[in-house]
Amino acid sequence: MLLPENQSSGGAVIKVKGNMPLAENMNSPKTEPNNQINITAKKRLANWGKYKTGFLFASPWIIGLLVFYAIPLVSSIYFSFTTYSILQPGEFIGLQNYKELMNDELFWKSVYNTVYFAVFYVPLGIIFGVALAMMLNMKVKGMAVYRTIFFLPTLVPHVALAVLWMWLLNPGFGLVNGILSTIGIEGPSWLGSETWSKPSLILMSLWGIGQAVVIYLAGLGDIPEDYYDAANVDGANWFQKTFHITLPLLTPVIFFNLVMGIIGAFQQFTLPYTLTQGKGTPANSLTFYVMYLYDNGFKFFKMGYASAMAWVLFLIVMALTAFVFITSKRWVHYQGK
Amino acid sequence: MDATRKKKVSRFSAHIVLIIASFFFMIPFIWMVSTSLKPLTQVFTFPPEWIPKPVKWSNYIDAMNYIPFFTYLKNTIIITVLSTVGAVLSCPIVAYSFAKLTWPGRNILFIITIGVMMIPGQVTMIPLFLLFEKLGMVGTPYPLILPAFFGIPFYIFLLRQFFMGLPDSLREAAKIDGASEFRIYWQIMLPLAKPAVLAVGLFQFMASWTDFIGPLLYLTDSVQYTLSLGLQQFQSQKGSEWGLMMAVSTMMTIPVVILFFFLQKTFIKGITFSGIK
Repeated sequence: MLLPENQSSGGAVIKVKGNMPLAENMNSPKTEPNNQINITAKKRLANWGKYKTGFLFASPWIIGLLVFYAIPLVSSIYFSFTTYSILQPGEFIGLQNYKELMNDELFWKSVYNTVYFAVFYVPLGIIFGVALAMMLNMKVKGMAVYRTIFFLPTLVPHVALAVLWMWLLNPGFGLVNGILSTIGIEGPSWLGSETWSKPSLILMSLWGIGQAVVIYLAGLGDIPEDYYDAANVDGANWFQKTFHITLPLLTPVIFFNLVMGIIGAFQQFTLPYTLTQGKGTPANSLTFYVMYLYDNGFKFFKMGYASAMAWVLFLIVMALTAFVFITSKRWVHYQGK
Repeated sequence: MDATRKKKVSRFSAHIVLIIASFFFMIPFIWMVSTSLKPLTQVFTFPPEWIPKPVKWSNYIDAMNYIPFFTYLKNTIIITVLSTVGAVLSCPIVAYSFAKLTWPGRNILFIITIGVMMIPGQVTMIPLFLLFEKLGMVGTPYPLILPAFFGIPFYIFLLRQFFMGLPDSLREAAKIDGASEFRIYWQIMLPLAKPAVLAVGLFQFMASWTDFIGPLLYLTDSVQYTLSLGLQQFQSQKGSEWGLMMAVSTMMTIPVVILFFFLQKTFIKGITFSGIK
């Protein structure tokens, strides 16, 4: 379903553990000749008894997958071909919504803003995230305190974070420009400027990478100590250990966070929304894709149009994910079992 | 320089680096707490005054009167606790089934589960909204709670990885003793997966506690608002009450900080990508 082909091929994904026994023992027993149909039926029944528990245990998710994912996914395709809104039933209009999107200037603006954000945020997030995780993985006292501190910005409510940043980056009395002016640089007006509003947002988002850092930390914990012991015996220095042990063995986790980072970057909503009270100012430079989607769906009640946007987003994210999966074979290393 | 001395120096420099970096990450928190204790006139001054004088404790009481704080707190707790309970009940058992039980279609379904993680929430947002609308649940907290009881793909994935790392021998031994699959799960495997269950619980707790877009979509009546929606009211009603807003933000943040501080070690242990530990 809607997955890049190679995803199923063994290690491509975040190492799916264990072997994946496919066809043979998964399917119902091989059909016997006709005269033994009774036995087959009995066997089937016995097999059902064997498989029952598995199905039963997984059943909440099978229902959840259908109700909260599969059916909405399919119906959103349908809605994207209609003029549906809560206020009126809507008519089927074929590709009209998509055609309209292609001529919607604000749509393209929101695509540009989102891509701009993703292009800078995702790589920077990985570099900072890995660096922070490595720092927080050192064996020194009081690490619990440090880890909590680095996680703090993730725990502060977004609405409060937005206000804090409006203050920090205020051109008149903000801390950032205050510091810049003491060293003789006249700072830009940050969130008030079309050029600087997106870099400001990237900066803010980088502050909240605590969640990714936790995942990297878990990945670092998975690297066996023996490798470092062996490297120490060989007299390897910090650089060699980092670039020849830590980073290569962390690539599966980096890969996971890269995919999640791309998806997250394209879903940027709460921070710019609260920062601009949903307006995307100045000059729509902070109107991100999902903000515009939200406006269309829940402010203008153009739910058909918004569904078309959702599908375009889905296709973009899928294409990017597929691309990452394809390249991953070149740079993701899995620890041999 | 002898070895122990060298170790000491490197440890010392590690602390220096960590402290400097910590400083940057503490700014938002310190500012939030300090603003929560300031009168409005002191909030935007330059150079900034980090320590409010006089300390205005009354902001906290004023904030609780400015918005129906306890109603919002109650709503937030109900939604957060129930959705966390839902995730912790549903995800481990599904993950266990994926990791340890055999049934036809299991692997395909697991691959689909990973694929579902990659669907942006906005794609299903509108049909889901319409579904809940049809069920008459818009304007109630149910849409924010119910889905958790049916499993969340990211958590199922994390838990499955953890269960995969647990040995099969225990399960087999219990089976020979005649224990039912559910008993094996509930009394043996689930307790062993505690770190992962805790990680999932904490993830869900934090996500639900600070969720903004969910309540924004589904809670129509201000009596049902959560704290993260309530925060906005300090900005829109009569001018902006920064001090009060930060007082509520602080009260929202502290419990999660404490939770994270005490659980972080187990929390990180619970997330595993290979299980080769």
